[in-house]
Amino acid sequence: MLANLDLLFQAPILNVQLLLDGLLIGAVFALSAYGLALVWGVMNVKNLAQGDFVIMGGYIAYSLSELGVHPIVGLPVAAVGMFAFGWIIYKVIISRVVHKDLFTSLLATFGLSLLLQQLLNLVYGPDVRTADSGFAVRNLFGGFVTVADIKLVSFGLAALLAVGVVVFMKKSRMGQAIRATAQDPRAARVLGIDTERVYAFTYALNAAICGAAGVLVSMIWVIQPFYGIGFSIRSFVIVTAAGLGNLPGVIISGLGLGVLEQFAAFILGAELQIFTVVSALLLVLIWRQIEQARQRQVVR
Amino acid sequence: MSAVTSGWLLYGGIPLVGLIAPFVFPDYTFQIAVLWVMILFAQTWDVLGGQMGYNSLGNILFFGAGMYISAVVQIAVVYDVGEYTSAFGAIRVDFTPGQYYLGLALGTLFAGLGGIVLAVLLGLCFLGMRGPYFAIGTLGMALAAGEFVSTVQFLGGGGGISMPVFPGDPGVRSKFFYFSCFLLAVLAFATVRWLYGGRFGLAINAIRDDEDKAEAMGLHTMRYKIVAWTVAAFFLGMSGALYGNMIGFIEPLEVAFPTTTFGIFMVAMCLLGGKGTLWGPVLGATLFHVVKEVTWTHLLGWQWVALGAIIIVNIVFFQQGILGWARERWPARFGVVVDRRGAGERQGERAR
Repeated sequence: MLANLDLLFQAPILNVQLLLDGLLIGAVFALSAYGLALVWGVMNVKNLAQGDFVIMGGYIAYSLSELGVHPIVGLPVAAVGMFAFGWIIYKVIISRVVHKDLFTSLLATFGLSLLLQQLLNLVYGPDVRTADSGFAVRNLFGGFVTVADIKLVSFGLAALLAVGVVVFMKKSRMGQAIRATAQDPRAARVLGIDTERVYAFTYALNAAICGAAGVLVSMIWVIQPFYGIGFSIRSFVIVTAAGLGNLPGVIISGLGLGVLEQFAAFILGAELQIFTVVSALLLVLIWRQIEQARQRQVVR
Repeated sequence: MSAVTSGWLLYGGIPLVGLIAPFVFPDYTFQIAVLWVMILFAQTWDVLGGQMGYNSLGNILFFGAGMYISAVVQIAVVYDVGEYTSAFGAIRVDFTPGQYYLGLALGTLFAGLGGIVLAVLLGLCFLGMRGPYFAIGTLGMALAAGEFVSTVQFLGGGGGISMPVFPGDPGVRSKFFYFSCFLLAVLAFATVRWLYGGRFGLAINAIRDDEDKAEAMGLHTMRYKIVAWTVAAFFLGMSGALYGNMIGFIEPLEVAFPTTTFGIFMVAMCLLGGKGTLWGPVLGATLFHVVKEVTWTHLLGWQWVALGAIIIVNIVFFQQGILGWARERWPARFGVVVDRRGAGERQGERAR
């Protein structure tokens, strides 16, 4: 198991490969985590169906590519489709739990997650799929490091999407309304903002971001109906580590998690990948707890 | 019907039904045994989830851990564990009845004790988290445990372990495990009922209602929280040991650590019956299990979709559960005294 660790020291070029792969996949993690942070921050709903939205987006791209549409063309389709889907889910389920206690919304979205993964399983079957993008593979450093062009393209698209969302949040009326609602929903209502509509829009926007991230995942990685929970947990790791409303933090911890996963998969073996993600979550949670314990006064 | 007669009916009738059930419905012995395990699941989940307000999504970890602990102990009684597990069931060791029952008793005991040790260790890590952090942390914990066990070759990895074969004919076997599960469920119920009746019950309810205030009143909240988890873990560990032996073959992801099936059933059953009540989990588990067993096979692959839908509908529209609803409807029946006086009268009382 640790023989691979030795290999990393003997052939330092492998580190470059892992680092690059990690950064390129980490961008997608950061994207879906940003969606989670948005919903969490604005409406205080911890969306456990996050990963399943990602996988759904991936399947939309996959279905389109089966029909001969290039996955990159499928990206806006998936985003729009998931936006509509998110809006419906908000109206049917989330609007009824948004004002209740936190566990209610958590469990409702967990139920939603089970529902979606099983539906996808019924429709597409349990095989792993990938949407073929037809890009070449590029060799760097004399063939020691290989980078699929699609990973670079997807990294660029992820960055573009992130910038787009940030600009939208800063400049547009809806973005301003979302930020106002996040700060103080009551004051926002007093000032004439339809908070119910803002919530619906936020949730739908999150679904759209996830859908777009899913398209990228389907091109650079594989998708499978039950992989969603992994993405949900990754999003939680990133948001918890970064803290809410900390966009640079989300980007850095997203990229960091991607790199960590690649190294862990190389050193410990690929079957421990989810284990690594979960361990990262636990470490972040425990670290947070220690931080808080330092600030609290405890009866002894 | 007065409260006393209904009490007698419940406390006398249910054990009686449990005792005669395998003789009346011999074909369904296994399903009814699983029903007792389900009742135990719901009841132990409710100790934290309902009574203490700590909604764990990963209690199934103790079930799986108990299963594996008992498997290792049972095999170790007569054989080398590594050799046995690496053969994936190809080696058939014939256990004499003495060895088998000794192994099973020791295995179940160690499974319970292992549950306690794990609950204390994990409790120190997790029980400081509140609300959703605890729920997500425990969910991750259970997922990680399954993944981790599948990579440990000593425990048979992803291939699993076939459990020692019962020395006796199948009819005796099914009744033996039925009564073991039944006894364990009754024991769990009795323990939980006894705990709720005393200071412990009040303390964990206080933690649910306002943890900071409870701490300010001088409760060692961490100690109570860990004890509550160890109670759940002890019974879950033992139920895991029995269930593993009853199934005959254990495997990490589907049998031992089924986070998205048994792990979520626990929560769903409590919510259905009404969490935070003594009988809610029992009612919820019974209803859930019976409906599931009757309809499941007719749903042709849609059953898991239906499960997700049930959870959503339950949590969105019927959060208080059956008994919770009944308690709101007829509070006097549940010993809840409702203060129906107006605000003015109460004001006077405080002034006095």
